[in-house]
Amino acid sequence: MEVVRLRVNGDERVCGVPAHYTLLEALRYGLGLTGSKQGCDKGDCGACTVIVDGRAILSCITPVWEAEGRDVRTVEGLANGTELHPVQDEFDLNGAAQCGFCTPGILCSSVALLDRNPSPSRGEIRAALSGNLCRCTGYEKIYDAVEAAAARLDP
Amino acid sequence: MLRLHPFRYHRPDTIEEAASLLAEFGADAMPIAGGTDLMPNMKHRLFTPAHVVSLNGIDAMRGIGFNAAGDRLRIGALEKLADVASHPVVRRHCPGLAEAAGLVAGPQLRNMGTIGGNVCLDTRCTYYNQTEFWRAALGYCLKKDGTVCHVTRVGRKCVAAHSADTPPNLIALGASLSLTGPGGTREIDAGDFFVTDGILNTRRAPDEIVTEVVIPITNGRHRSSYMKLRQRNSIDFPLLSVAIAGEFEDDGTVAGLTGVVSALGARPRVLAGWTEIAAGKRLGSRVIEALAERAWSQCRPLENIIVDAEWRRAMVPVFVKRALEGLDGK
Repeated sequence: MEVVRLRVNGDERVCGVPAHYTLLEALRYGLGLTGSKQGCDKGDCGACTVIVDGRAILSCITPVWEAEGRDVRTVEGLANGTELHPVQDEFDLNGAAQCGFCTPGILCSSVALLDRNPSPSRGEIRAALSGNLCRCTGYEKIYDAVEAAAARLDP
Repeated sequence: MLRLHPFRYHRPDTIEEAASLLAEFGADAMPIAGGTDLMPNMKHRLFTPAHVVSLNGIDAMRGIGFNAAGDRLRIGALEKLADVASHPVVRRHCPGLAEAAGLVAGPQLRNMGTIGGNVCLDTRCTYYNQTEFWRAALGYCLKKDGTVCHVTRVGRKCVAAHSADTPPNLIALGASLSLTGPGGTREIDAGDFFVTDGILNTRRAPDEIVTEVVIPITNGRHRSSYMKLRQRNSIDFPLLSVAIAGEFEDDGTVAGLTGVVSALGARPRVLAGWTEIAAGKRLGSRVIEALAERAWSQCRPLENIIVDAEWRRAMVPVFVKRALEGLDGK
Protein backbone atom coordinates (compact mmCIF):
# COMPACT_ATOMS: atom_id res chain seq x y z
CA MET A 1 0.00 0.00 0.00
CA GLU A 2 1.10 3.53 -0.73
CA VAL A 3 -0.37 6.85 0.31
CA VAL A 4 -2.01 8.93 -2.39
CA ARG A 5 -3.33 12.48 -1.89
CA LEU A 6 -6.26 13.48 -4.06
CA ARG A 7 -8.33 16.66 -4.32
CA VAL A 8 -11.80 15.31 -5.01
CA ASN A 9 -14.85 17.58 -5.27
CA GLY A 10 -12.93 20.30 -3.41
CA ASP A 11 -11.90 18.06 -0.51
CA GLU A 12 -8.32 17.05 0.21
CA ARG A 13 -8.45 13.27 0.60
CA VAL A 14 -5.75 10.82 1.61
CA CYS A 15 -6.02 7.09 1.09
CA GLY A 16 -3.90 3.97 0.95
CA VAL A 17 -3.84 2.21 -2.42
CA PRO A 18 -1.71 -0.40 -4.17
CA ALA A 19 0.72 1.31 -6.59
CA HIS A 20 -1.03 -0.18 -9.62
CA TYR A 21 -4.50 1.20 -8.79
CA THR A 22 -6.41 3.28 -11.32
CA LEU A 23 -8.06 6.56 -10.38
CA LEU A 24 -11.43 4.78 -10.61
CA GLU A 25 -10.35 2.07 -8.16
CA ALA A 26 -9.01 4.69 -5.74
CA LEU A 27 -12.31 6.62 -5.93
CA ARG A 28 -14.53 3.58 -5.52
CA TYR A 29 -12.53 1.33 -3.19
CA GLY A 30 -10.23 3.82 -1.45
CA LEU A 31 -12.63 6.73 -0.92
CA GLY A 32 -16.02 5.02 -1.16
CA LEU A 33 -17.13 7.29 -4.02
CA THR A 34 -19.03 4.66 -6.01
CA GLY A 35 -20.88 7.12 -8.26
CA SER A 36 -18.29 6.68 -11.03
CA LYS A 37 -19.05 3.31 -12.58
CA GLN A 38 -16.83 0.43 -13.61
CA GLY A 39 -18.28 -0.57 -16.99
CA CYS A 40 -16.02 -2.02 -19.66
CA ASP A 41 -13.05 -1.10 -17.44
CA LYS A 42 -10.82 -0.61 -20.50
CA GLY A 43 -11.62 2.80 -21.91
CA ASP A 44 -14.45 2.07 -24.34
CA CYS A 45 -17.76 2.85 -22.64
CA GLY A 46 -17.39 6.13 -20.72
CA ALA A 47 -19.19 4.97 -17.55
CA CYS A 48 -16.13 5.92 -15.45
CA THR A 49 -15.89 9.49 -16.85
CA VAL A 50 -14.78 12.10 -14.30
CA ILE A 51 -13.62 15.70 -14.73
CA VAL A 52 -9.92 16.36 -14.11
CA ASP A 53 -8.75 19.99 -14.34
CA GLY A 54 -11.91 20.82 -16.28
CA ARG A 55 -11.67 18.03 -18.84
CA ALA A 56 -13.68 14.82 -19.11
CA ILE A 57 -11.35 11.82 -18.83
CA LEU A 58 -11.72 8.07 -18.27
CA SER A 59 -10.76 7.18 -14.70
CA CYS A 60 -10.63 3.42 -15.38
CA ILE A 61 -7.46 3.81 -17.47
CA THR A 62 -5.87 6.69 -15.53
CA PRO A 63 -3.11 5.63 -13.14
CA VAL A 64 -4.06 7.06 -9.73
CA TRP A 65 -0.70 8.89 -9.50
CA GLU A 66 -1.59 11.03 -12.51
CA ALA A 67 -4.46 12.57 -10.52
CA GLU A 68 -2.23 13.77 -7.66
CA GLY A 69 -2.09 17.55 -7.46
CA ARG A 70 -4.99 17.94 -9.87
CA ASP A 71 -8.61 18.91 -9.39
CA VAL A 72 -10.85 15.83 -9.62
CA ARG A 73 -14.61 16.24 -9.92
CA THR A 74 -16.96 13.25 -9.81
CA VAL A 75 -20.73 12.93 -10.08
CA GLU A 76 -20.91 13.23 -6.26
CA GLY A 77 -19.53 16.77 -6.55
CA LEU A 78 -21.90 18.18 -9.16
CA ALA A 79 -24.80 19.08 -6.85
CA ASN A 80 -24.55 22.07 -4.52
CA GLY A 81 -25.59 20.48 -1.23
CA THR A 82 -29.15 19.32 -1.74
CA GLU A 83 -29.58 21.52 -4.80
CA LEU A 84 -29.07 19.50 -7.97
CA HIS A 85 -26.83 20.77 -10.75
CA PRO A 86 -29.08 21.99 -13.60
CA VAL A 87 -27.87 19.10 -15.78
CA GLN A 88 -28.92 16.60 -13.10
CA ASP A 89 -32.27 18.34 -12.65
CA GLU A 90 -32.95 18.32 -16.39
CA PHE A 91 -32.01 14.64 -16.65
CA ASP A 92 -34.76 14.02 -14.09
CA LEU A 93 -37.31 16.30 -15.77
CA ASN A 94 -36.60 14.91 -19.26
CA GLY A 95 -36.49 11.25 -18.31
CA ALA A 96 -32.92 11.08 -19.57
CA ALA A 97 -31.93 8.17 -17.32
CA GLN A 98 -33.34 4.67 -17.41
CA CYS A 99 -31.17 2.04 -15.72
CA GLY A 100 -28.83 4.87 -14.71
CA PHE A 101 -25.54 3.04 -15.07
CA CYS A 102 -24.15 5.35 -17.77
CA THR A 103 -25.65 8.47 -16.16
CA PRO A 104 -22.78 9.55 -13.85
CA GLY A 105 -20.35 9.47 -16.78
CA ILE A 106 -22.73 11.31 -19.08
CA LEU A 107 -23.39 13.95 -16.41
CA CYS A 108 -19.65 14.54 -16.07
CA SER A 109 -19.14 14.77 -19.86
CA SER A 110 -22.10 17.18 -20.05
CA VAL A 111 -20.87 19.43 -17.21
CA ALA A 112 -17.35 19.51 -18.70
CA LEU A 113 -18.91 20.59 -22.02
CA LEU A 114 -21.14 23.31 -20.52
CA ASP A 115 -18.31 24.71 -18.40
CA ARG A 116 -16.30 25.22 -21.59
CA ASN A 117 -19.13 26.00 -24.01
CA PRO A 118 -22.24 27.40 -22.27
CA SER A 119 -24.45 27.34 -25.38
CA PRO A 120 -23.55 24.28 -27.43
CA SER A 121 -25.41 23.29 -30.59
CA ARG A 122 -27.14 19.91 -30.75
CA GLY A 123 -24.22 18.68 -32.85
CA GLU A 124 -21.69 19.85 -30.28
CA ILE A 125 -23.63 18.06 -27.54
CA ARG A 126 -23.68 14.86 -29.61
CA ALA A 127 -19.94 15.14 -30.24
CA ALA A 128 -19.14 15.82 -26.57
CA LEU A 129 -21.17 12.78 -25.48
CA SER A 130 -19.93 10.49 -28.26
CA GLY A 131 -17.57 8.75 -25.84
CA ASN A 132 -20.38 7.70 -23.50
CA LEU A 133 -22.42 4.63 -24.37
CA CYS A 134 -26.01 4.28 -23.19
CA ARG A 135 -27.81 1.01 -23.91
CA CYS A 136 -31.29 2.13 -22.75
CA THR A 137 -32.42 5.52 -23.94
CA GLY A 138 -31.41 6.05 -27.53
CA TYR A 139 -29.72 9.34 -26.51
CA GLU A 140 -32.44 11.75 -27.67
CA LYS A 141 -33.73 12.48 -24.17
CA ILE A 142 -30.15 12.85 -22.97
CA TYR A 143 -29.46 15.50 -25.64
CA ASP A 144 -32.79 17.18 -24.77
CA ALA A 145 -31.75 17.34 -21.10
CA VAL A 146 -28.33 18.85 -21.86
CA GLU A 147 -29.94 21.42 -24.17
CA ALA A 148 -32.45 22.35 -21.48
CA ALA A 149 -29.69 22.65 -18.87
CA ALA A 150 -27.68 24.88 -21.22
CA ALA A 151 -30.71 27.13 -21.68
CA ARG A 152 -31.04 27.44 -17.89
CA LEU A 153 -27.34 28.08 -17.31
CA ASP A 154 -26.93 30.58 -20.17
CA PRO A 155 -30.40 32.00 -20.86
CA MET B 1 -13.57 -5.94 -13.80
CA LEU B 2 -10.08 -5.88 -15.28
CA ARG B 3 -7.32 -5.63 -12.69
CA LEU B 4 -3.85 -4.38 -13.48
CA HIS B 5 -0.85 -6.47 -12.50
CA PRO B 6 1.29 -5.06 -9.66
CA PHE B 7 3.97 -2.58 -10.81
CA ARG B 8 5.98 0.36 -9.51
CA TYR B 9 5.12 3.79 -10.89
CA HIS B 10 7.89 6.31 -11.59
CA ARG B 11 7.25 9.95 -12.44
CA PRO B 12 10.51 11.67 -13.45
CA ASP B 13 10.71 15.41 -14.31
CA THR B 14 13.20 15.31 -17.16
CA ILE B 15 13.75 13.36 -20.38
CA GLU B 16 17.20 12.31 -19.14
CA GLU B 17 15.82 10.86 -15.89
CA ALA B 18 13.10 8.99 -17.78
CA ALA B 19 15.62 7.60 -20.28
CA SER B 20 17.93 6.46 -17.50
CA LEU B 21 15.05 4.73 -15.65
CA LEU B 22 14.10 2.91 -18.87
CA ALA B 23 17.72 1.91 -19.41
CA GLU B 24 18.17 0.81 -15.79
CA PHE B 25 15.12 -1.50 -15.74
CA GLY B 26 15.46 -2.64 -19.36
CA ALA B 27 12.79 -5.12 -20.43
CA ASP B 28 11.06 -4.72 -17.04
CA ALA B 29 10.07 -1.11 -17.81
CA MET B 30 7.75 0.68 -20.21
CA PRO B 31 7.05 4.39 -20.73
CA ILE B 32 3.51 5.71 -20.35
CA ALA B 33 2.03 9.07 -21.40
CA GLY B 34 -1.76 9.34 -21.84
CA GLY B 35 -2.08 5.64 -21.06
CA THR B 36 -5.04 5.13 -23.40
CA ASP B 37 -3.22 2.36 -25.30
CA LEU B 38 -0.93 0.90 -22.63
CA MET B 39 -3.46 0.74 -19.77
CA PRO B 40 -6.03 -1.42 -21.63
CA ASN B 41 -3.19 -3.51 -23.04
CA MET B 42 -1.84 -4.08 -19.53
CA LYS B 43 -5.34 -4.99 -18.33
CA HIS B 44 -5.34 -7.61 -21.09
CA ARG B 45 -1.90 -8.82 -19.93
CA LEU B 46 -0.37 -7.98 -23.30
CA PHE B 47 2.31 -6.13 -21.34
CA THR B 48 3.24 -6.73 -17.70
CA PRO B 49 6.17 -4.40 -16.95
CA ALA B 50 7.37 -4.33 -13.33
CA HIS B 51 8.17 -0.61 -13.72
CA VAL B 52 5.97 1.93 -15.47
CA VAL B 53 7.76 5.21 -16.23
CA SER B 54 5.38 8.14 -16.59
CA LEU B 55 6.45 10.89 -19.00
CA ASN B 56 3.71 13.26 -17.86
CA GLY B 57 5.92 15.27 -15.50
CA ILE B 58 8.30 16.26 -18.30
CA ASP B 59 7.45 19.84 -19.28
CA ALA B 60 10.11 19.89 -22.01
CA MET B 61 7.92 17.51 -24.02
CA ARG B 62 5.02 19.97 -24.24
CA GLY B 63 4.26 22.91 -26.49
CA ILE B 64 3.27 23.62 -30.09
CA GLY B 65 5.14 26.29 -32.05
CA PHE B 66 7.48 27.27 -34.87
CA ASN B 67 11.27 27.22 -34.78
CA ALA B 68 13.15 30.53 -35.07
CA ALA B 69 13.39 30.30 -38.86
CA GLY B 70 9.64 29.70 -39.07
CA ASP B 71 9.97 26.71 -41.40
CA ARG B 72 9.48 23.86 -38.92
CA LEU B 73 6.46 23.32 -36.69
CA ARG B 74 7.33 21.50 -33.48
CA ILE B 75 4.71 19.56 -31.52
CA GLY B 76 5.82 18.24 -28.13
CA ALA B 77 5.07 14.53 -27.83
CA LEU B 78 2.97 15.08 -24.68
CA GLU B 79 0.50 17.39 -26.41
CA LYS B 80 -2.98 15.94 -26.05
CA LEU B 81 -4.73 14.90 -29.26
CA ALA B 82 -7.62 17.24 -28.39
CA ASP B 83 -5.18 20.16 -28.23
CA VAL B 84 -3.45 19.20 -31.50
CA ALA B 85 -6.88 18.96 -33.17
CA SER B 86 -7.98 22.41 -32.02
CA HIS B 87 -4.68 24.31 -32.22
CA PRO B 88 -5.05 27.21 -34.69
CA VAL B 89 -1.52 26.84 -36.11
CA VAL B 90 -1.95 23.10 -36.71
CA ARG B 91 -5.39 23.65 -38.23
CA ARG B 92 -4.05 26.32 -40.55
CA HIS B 93 -0.85 24.64 -41.74
CA CYS B 94 -1.67 20.93 -41.35
CA PRO B 95 -5.46 20.57 -41.63
CA GLY B 96 -5.21 16.85 -42.39
CA LEU B 97 -3.24 16.26 -39.19
CA ALA B 98 -5.68 18.34 -37.12
CA GLU B 99 -8.58 16.42 -38.64
CA ALA B 100 -6.92 13.09 -37.85
CA ALA B 101 -6.14 14.05 -34.24
CA GLY B 102 -9.78 15.08 -33.83
CA LEU B 103 -11.00 11.72 -35.13
CA VAL B 104 -8.96 9.54 -32.77
CA ALA B 105 -11.26 7.44 -30.55
CA GLY B 106 -13.72 9.58 -28.52
CA PRO B 107 -13.59 12.90 -26.64
CA GLN B 108 -12.34 11.62 -23.28
CA LEU B 109 -9.61 9.57 -24.97
CA ARG B 110 -8.48 12.66 -26.95
CA ASN B 111 -8.30 14.58 -23.66
CA MET B 112 -5.93 11.90 -22.37
CA GLY B 113 -4.03 10.48 -25.35
CA THR B 114 -0.96 12.28 -26.69
CA ILE B 115 0.44 12.67 -30.19
CA GLY B 116 3.63 10.87 -29.14
CA GLY B 117 1.59 7.98 -27.85
CA ASN B 118 -0.47 7.90 -31.02
CA VAL B 119 2.73 7.66 -33.07
CA CYS B 120 3.83 4.73 -30.88
CA LEU B 121 0.40 3.02 -30.77
CA ASP B 122 0.68 -0.76 -30.61
CA THR B 123 -0.63 -2.64 -33.65
CA ARG B 124 -4.10 -4.16 -33.31
CA CYS B 125 -5.72 -7.45 -34.28
CA THR B 126 -8.94 -9.29 -33.43
CA TYR B 127 -6.88 -12.14 -31.97
CA TYR B 128 -4.57 -9.88 -29.93
CA ASN B 129 -6.66 -7.14 -28.28
CA GLN B 130 -8.52 -9.54 -26.01
CA THR B 131 -8.38 -10.57 -22.38
CA GLU B 132 -5.89 -13.13 -21.13
CA PHE B 133 -8.80 -15.57 -20.68
CA TRP B 134 -9.97 -15.12 -24.30
CA ARG B 135 -6.47 -15.46 -25.75
CA ALA B 136 -5.67 -18.51 -23.61
CA ALA B 137 -8.85 -20.24 -24.83
CA LEU B 138 -7.62 -19.87 -28.42
CA GLY B 139 -4.07 -20.98 -27.62
CA TYR B 140 -2.67 -17.41 -27.93
CA CYS B 141 -1.27 -15.96 -31.17
CA LEU B 142 1.97 -15.19 -32.94
CA LYS B 143 2.14 -11.62 -31.59
CA LYS B 144 1.85 -12.59 -27.94
CA ASP B 145 2.59 -15.88 -26.12
CA GLY B 146 1.72 -18.18 -29.05
CA THR B 147 3.11 -19.64 -32.27
CA VAL B 148 0.15 -19.50 -34.67
CA CYS B 149 -1.25 -16.55 -36.59
CA HIS B 150 -5.04 -16.97 -36.61
CA VAL B 151 -5.38 -14.48 -39.48
CA THR B 152 -3.14 -16.14 -42.06
CA ARG B 153 -3.10 -19.63 -40.41
CA VAL B 154 0.20 -20.53 -42.03
CA GLY B 155 2.13 -17.25 -41.99
CA ARG B 156 5.25 -16.75 -39.90
CA LYS B 157 4.80 -13.00 -39.84
CA CYS B 158 2.44 -11.03 -37.61
CA VAL B 159 -0.07 -9.01 -39.65
CA ALA B 160 -1.65 -6.96 -36.84
CA ALA B 161 -2.80 -3.61 -38.22
CA HIS B 162 -1.19 -0.23 -37.71
CA SER B 163 -4.22 1.62 -36.34
CA ALA B 164 -3.06 5.12 -35.42
CA ASP B 165 -4.63 8.13 -37.14
CA THR B 166 -1.87 10.74 -36.99
CA PRO B 167 1.15 8.85 -38.47
CA PRO B 168 -0.23 8.59 -42.05
CA ASN B 169 -0.55 12.38 -42.01
CA LEU B 170 2.90 12.89 -40.51
CA ILE B 171 4.36 10.67 -43.24
CA ALA B 172 2.47 12.55 -45.97
CA LEU B 173 3.71 15.86 -44.53
CA GLY B 174 7.35 14.68 -44.46
CA ALA B 175 7.53 15.05 -40.68
CA SER B 176 10.32 13.71 -38.51
CA LEU B 177 10.40 12.38 -34.95
CA SER B 178 12.93 13.08 -32.20
CA LEU B 179 13.89 10.11 -30.06
CA THR B 180 15.99 10.19 -26.91
CA GLY B 181 17.59 7.09 -25.46
CA PRO B 182 20.66 6.12 -23.48
CA GLY B 183 22.84 6.82 -26.53
CA GLY B 184 21.55 10.37 -26.95
CA THR B 185 19.05 11.96 -29.27
CA ARG B 186 18.34 11.12 -32.90
CA GLU B 187 15.89 12.22 -35.56
CA ILE B 188 14.09 9.82 -37.84
CA ASP B 189 11.72 10.50 -40.75
CA ALA B 190 8.16 9.48 -39.93
CA GLY B 191 8.23 7.57 -43.22
CA ASP B 192 11.15 5.43 -41.98
CA PHE B 193 9.78 4.93 -38.46
CA PHE B 194 7.45 2.03 -39.19
CA VAL B 195 8.37 -1.50 -40.29
CA THR B 196 6.25 -4.36 -41.62
CA ASP B 197 6.42 -6.42 -38.44
CA GLY B 198 3.10 -6.56 -36.61
CA ILE B 199 4.78 -7.62 -33.37
CA LEU B 200 6.97 -4.52 -33.01
CA ASN B 201 6.22 -2.19 -35.89
CA THR B 202 8.44 0.81 -35.11
CA ARG B 203 12.14 1.51 -35.03
CA ARG B 204 11.87 2.92 -31.50
CA ALA B 205 14.09 0.92 -29.14
CA PRO B 206 12.31 -0.11 -25.91
CA ASP B 207 14.42 2.37 -23.93
CA GLU B 208 13.90 5.26 -26.33
CA ILE B 209 11.34 8.05 -25.88
CA VAL B 210 9.66 9.94 -28.73
CA THR B 211 10.03 13.52 -27.46
CA GLU B 212 8.67 15.62 -30.33
CA VAL B 213 7.22 15.68 -33.79
CA VAL B 214 8.66 18.17 -36.28
CA ILE B 215 6.78 19.13 -39.44
CA PRO B 216 8.40 21.11 -42.28
CA ILE B 217 6.21 24.05 -43.32
CA THR B 218 6.63 25.47 -46.83
CA ASN B 219 5.42 28.81 -48.05
CA GLY B 220 3.91 27.32 -51.16
CA ARG B 221 0.31 26.31 -51.70
CA HIS B 222 0.08 23.31 -49.48
CA ARG B 223 -3.07 21.31 -48.73
CA SER B 224 -3.76 18.14 -46.78
CA SER B 225 -6.75 16.04 -45.81
CA TYR B 226 -7.68 12.88 -43.92
CA MET B 227 -10.48 10.34 -44.19
CA LYS B 228 -11.23 7.52 -41.75
CA LEU B 229 -13.51 4.52 -42.15
CA ARG B 230 -14.88 2.93 -39.00
CA GLN B 231 -18.03 1.20 -37.79
CA ARG B 232 -19.14 4.01 -35.46
CA ASN B 233 -18.17 7.65 -35.85
CA SER B 234 -16.63 7.68 -32.39
CA ILE B 235 -14.47 5.50 -30.14
CA ASP B 236 -13.54 2.98 -32.86
CA PHE B 237 -10.13 2.48 -34.43
CA PRO B 238 -9.94 2.86 -38.22
CA LEU B 239 -10.82 0.03 -40.58
CA LEU B 240 -9.13 2.10 -43.28
CA SER B 241 -7.46 5.50 -43.19
CA VAL B 242 -6.32 7.79 -46.00
CA ALA B 243 -4.03 10.80 -45.55
CA ILE B 244 -3.13 13.06 -48.47
CA ALA B 245 -0.77 16.03 -48.72
CA GLY B 246 -0.17 18.02 -51.87
CA GLU B 247 1.85 20.99 -53.13
CA PHE B 248 0.15 23.08 -55.78
CA GLU B 249 1.31 25.69 -58.28
CA ASP B 250 -0.37 29.09 -58.33
CA ASP B 251 -2.56 27.97 -61.24
CA GLY B 252 -3.89 25.05 -59.18
CA THR B 253 -1.91 22.32 -60.91
CA VAL B 254 -0.19 19.65 -58.84
CA ALA B 255 3.52 20.07 -58.05
CA GLY B 256 3.71 17.05 -55.74
CA LEU B 257 1.19 14.67 -54.22
CA THR B 258 1.61 12.05 -51.48
CA GLY B 259 -1.08 9.59 -50.45
CA VAL B 260 -0.73 7.30 -47.43
CA VAL B 261 -3.15 4.48 -46.64
CA SER B 262 -3.22 2.66 -43.31
CA ALA B 263 -5.11 0.38 -40.91
CA LEU B 264 -4.66 -2.42 -43.46
CA GLY B 265 -1.26 -3.87 -42.61
CA ALA B 266 1.45 -3.50 -39.97
CA ARG B 267 2.66 -0.17 -41.31
CA PRO B 268 1.21 2.76 -43.24
CA ARG B 269 1.62 2.39 -47.01
CA VAL B 270 2.86 5.30 -49.10
CA LEU B 271 1.03 5.00 -52.42
CA ALA B 272 3.42 4.64 -55.32
CA GLY B 273 3.17 6.55 -58.57
CA TRP B 274 0.90 9.35 -57.47
CA THR B 275 3.04 12.33 -58.41
CA GLU B 276 3.60 10.81 -61.87
CA ILE B 277 -0.15 10.59 -62.43
CA ALA B 278 -1.02 14.03 -61.12
CA ALA B 279 2.04 16.27 -61.71
CA GLY B 280 1.29 19.30 -63.84
CA LYS B 281 -2.44 18.56 -63.87
CA ARG B 282 -5.40 19.87 -61.94
CA LEU B 283 -7.21 17.47 -59.62
CA GLY B 284 -10.16 16.96 -61.95
CA SER B 285 -12.40 13.92 -61.90
CA ARG B 286 -10.31 11.96 -64.42
CA VAL B 287 -7.09 12.45 -62.44
CA ILE B 288 -8.89 11.60 -59.20
CA GLU B 289 -10.24 8.38 -60.78
CA ALA B 290 -6.76 7.39 -61.92
CA LEU B 291 -5.29 8.06 -58.45
CA ALA B 292 -8.05 6.06 -56.75
CA GLU B 293 -7.56 3.15 -59.15
CA ARG B 294 -3.82 3.23 -58.52
CA ALA B 295 -4.44 3.19 -54.75
CA TRP B 296 -6.84 0.25 -54.96
CA SER B 297 -4.35 -1.86 -56.92
CA GLN B 298 -1.77 -1.45 -54.12
CA CYS B 299 -3.97 -2.32 -51.13
CA ARG B 300 -4.79 -5.86 -50.04
CA PRO B 301 -6.25 -5.92 -46.51
CA LEU B 302 -6.30 -9.12 -44.46
CA GLU B 303 -8.86 -10.39 -41.94
CA ASN B 304 -6.89 -8.89 -39.03
CA ILE B 305 -10.05 -7.02 -38.08
CA ILE B 306 -13.33 -8.94 -38.14
CA VAL B 307 -14.80 -6.82 -40.90
CA ASP B 308 -14.94 -8.19 -44.44
CA ALA B 309 -11.54 -7.55 -46.02
CA GLU B 310 -12.97 -7.29 -49.54
CA TRP B 311 -15.32 -4.55 -48.39
CA ARG B 312 -12.44 -2.68 -46.75
CA ARG B 313 -10.54 -2.99 -50.03
CA ALA B 314 -13.54 -1.77 -52.01
CA MET B 315 -13.66 1.29 -49.75
CA VAL B 316 -10.05 2.27 -50.64
CA PRO B 317 -10.92 4.09 -53.92
CA VAL B 318 -14.06 5.58 -52.32
CA PHE B 319 -12.14 7.09 -49.42
CA VAL B 320 -9.20 8.13 -51.59
CA LYS B 321 -11.62 10.07 -53.81
CA ARG B 322 -13.26 11.71 -50.81
CA ALA B 323 -9.88 12.66 -49.35
CA LEU B 324 -8.75 14.13 -52.70
CA GLU B 325 -11.98 16.10 -52.98
CA GLY B 326 -11.43 17.22 -49.38
CA LEU B 327 -8.19 18.92 -50.42
CA ASP B 328 -10.23 21.68 -52.04
CA GLY B 329 -10.40 24.89 -50.10
CA LYS B 330 -8.04 23.76 -47.38
